[in-house]
Amino acid sequence: MIGAALRALRKRAVQTARLCCGVPDYDVYVAHLRTHHPDRRVPSYAEFFRERQEARYKGGGGRCC
Amino acid sequence: MQAVMPKPSPASKILWVAIAIVGAFCLGVVALRRGEPINAIWLVAASIAIFVIGYRFYGKFIEHSVLRLDATRAPPSVLRNDGLDYVPTDKWVVFGHHFAAIAGAGPLVGPVLAAQMGYLPGTLWILFGVVFAGAVQDFMILGLSLRRDGRSLGHMLREELGPLPGIVAMIGVLVLMMIVLAVLALVVVKALTHSPWGTFTVACTIPIALLMGVYLRWLRPGRILEVSIIGLVLLLASIALGKNVADSATLAPLFDFDAKALAWWLIGYGFCASVLPVWLLLAPRDYLSTFLKIGTIALLALAIFLAAPMLQMPAVTRFIDGTGPVFAGNLFPFLFITIACGAVSGWHSIIASGTTPKLLANESQARLVGYGGMLMEAFVAIMALIAAASLHPGVYFAMNAPGAIIGTTVQDAATTISQWGFVVTPDELIRTARDIGEGSILSRAGGAPTLAVGMAQLLHNVIPGASMMAFWYHYAILFEALFILTTVDAGTRVGRFMIQEIAGLIHTPLQETSSWAGNLLATAICVALWGYFLYQGAVDPLGGINTLWPLFGIANQMLAAIALMLATVVVVKLKRERYVLVPGVPALWLITCTLTAGYEKLVGPISFTAAANKYAQAMEQGQLLAPAKNAAEMRQIITNNYVDMALTGLFMALIVVMVLFCLRALLRAWRSSHPTAHEEPYVALGSVAS
Repeated sequence: MIGAALRALRKRAVQTARLCCGVPDYDVYVAHLRTHHPDRRVPSYAEFFRERQEARYKGGGGRCC
Repeated sequence: MQAVMPKPSPASKILWVAIAIVGAFCLGVVALRRGEPINAIWLVAASIAIFVIGYRFYGKFIEHSVLRLDATRAPPSVLRNDGLDYVPTDKWVVFGHHFAAIAGAGPLVGPVLAAQMGYLPGTLWILFGVVFAGAVQDFMILGLSLRRDGRSLGHMLREELGPLPGIVAMIGVLVLMMIVLAVLALVVVKALTHSPWGTFTVACTIPIALLMGVYLRWLRPGRILEVSIIGLVLLLASIALGKNVADSATLAPLFDFDAKALAWWLIGYGFCASVLPVWLLLAPRDYLSTFLKIGTIALLALAIFLAAPMLQMPAVTRFIDGTGPVFAGNLFPFLFITIACGAVSGWHSIIASGTTPKLLANESQARLVGYGGMLMEAFVAIMALIAAASLHPGVYFAMNAPGAIIGTTVQDAATTISQWGFVVTPDELIRTARDIGEGSILSRAGGAPTLAVGMAQLLHNVIPGASMMAFWYHYAILFEALFILTTVDAGTRVGRFMIQEIAGLIHTPLQETSSWAGNLLATAICVALWGYFLYQGAVDPLGGINTLWPLFGIANQMLAAIALMLATVVVVKLKRERYVLVPGVPALWLITCTLTAGYEKLVGPISFTAAANKYAQAMEQGQLLAPAKNAAEMRQIITNNYVDMALTGLFMALIVVMVLFCLRALLRAWRSSHPTAHEEPYVALGSVAS
């Protein structure tokens, strides 16, 4: 019970930390691809990470002074 | 469809009345106690009470009556879910992301500078500014973007006001960004001038980041947390090692630079960093600075709670009359220009219409993220103010007043500052410098060093130890330099893309972001733009911050005024005229502050014009005024002041033009008999398959 809650909390924390660095949740993306685009290849986490890393600094000015 | 406000239960009524009474009492102590120092905890308690009351009542009022957010309506994350940019996300995760994106150096620097007027004016502006202006702006822009597929501020301005106002606002954003980069880089220059220890540790972040980049790319791809921990350990080691470098007779001179040399290093660094691939330097440093920023803010909060310092700065000092050494100008309008981030910051409107609206899973969560996130940032600003106000005022003024006013020796500085009524001895100034492991603390304006000394003293109270003060001081300097340099890299890159886009209109091949020629050219232009102002700050007679911070404040508040004007126009376009004052009053206030400040910087005793004339007259009589050492440097200072005048004029013209466009749109919308805002049509959340 407490173990499950702690695991869920940890998952949230990791998800927040990654999102702060511009990397969205990989599992969510894979699930999205499987449901909506079964024809597309699922990228590995490393490929997904690199693509997001490039995308973060493409413009938009995502941070404050 | 409009959600109905639930009726509060009797228990909740009692609770809120109790919070209001406690808050009012604490604020009363903060505002009215005179003659004896008060404890910072009063200020913390008053702030928390005001924030929760603002969040619960004013935030909710905006949510239900002004924006009329609707939990049954499908947000962009659901409608356009692509698993990457548009993803319905847990509200606390979005909150963390949003806060990390809006919190930066701004809320830490502005309140420290404003402490010269005492802690009370800054506190009141932060508390009431955030509840009635800053959080309103962030929340309303987020709400508008949520109803418009997560569109950006520029896009919404074009849609709601017309194409020309959209372009005018975007020019404003580009100029603002260049000023932001220059001022922030200047904060780093001021912190590292003749500080071998600080310069060494900040220089170490480059090889550490390169190592992290290689690790993330080739060894363990995508393991951000793991590599950040490795980076943090290396950073702490470099701080410890920095002491040995500073003590060494052979190594210390290698890292000992004056302001001009540091400015050139930063300009060169900014150029290199923004043409290198992002994975190598920018991204790893970004991760490190993001985590360090959140961690340090938490540490600062903990230190304030545990140390519970007394505020040694008086509530109000004599410098509210405009004669302050840190920045010139009266309380109105300059307090409201100096503290931008923390009370109201235009930059947030770009973030609130960027990633955040694409992540919110439900409109009902926008208040937590938009309004609540900004309240958190205001709390960071309050903590920075506490750190500065808990310093000995004599030390505070010695660190923040320019050398042209207090002199360059501890004896002169102590004499001048004691004459102002803040009695301090040369020994105290020397001892403080020795405690933090530096040669001198005089004239280190820019907020970062003051905050670092304040933090070091607070943390030293909690974790004592002989050499710990110096460690904490350099830790605080490193943490600020780290995320400022990240902003400089990322900002230069964004500026480069903007410039390439504009250049592409003239000569199409330049638009190609993968072309090396276009890339290098646009980067050079971008670096030259902010580099000019940075160098100007480094040679400025009053130390740079004194000159450039008001320009930055005017530009940032100008953008906030534009965002709030957009919100005002949309409220009328939605035919909710009775709520026009909610965004309208803060918009008017910011327009008044920026135009008044701009005017005083153009005409009168504290203007750029007066500074230029003073040097021009001295030139005619063949005199040299410090810090200029020859006629060329005199001419340089005169030109710099002319450029600042032109820029101030440009900002004022931008505001006036935007006000006219908004008035036109307001009149049309008022006369119209039906809503004319460009909202996307309602789609029920339940009708969309996930």
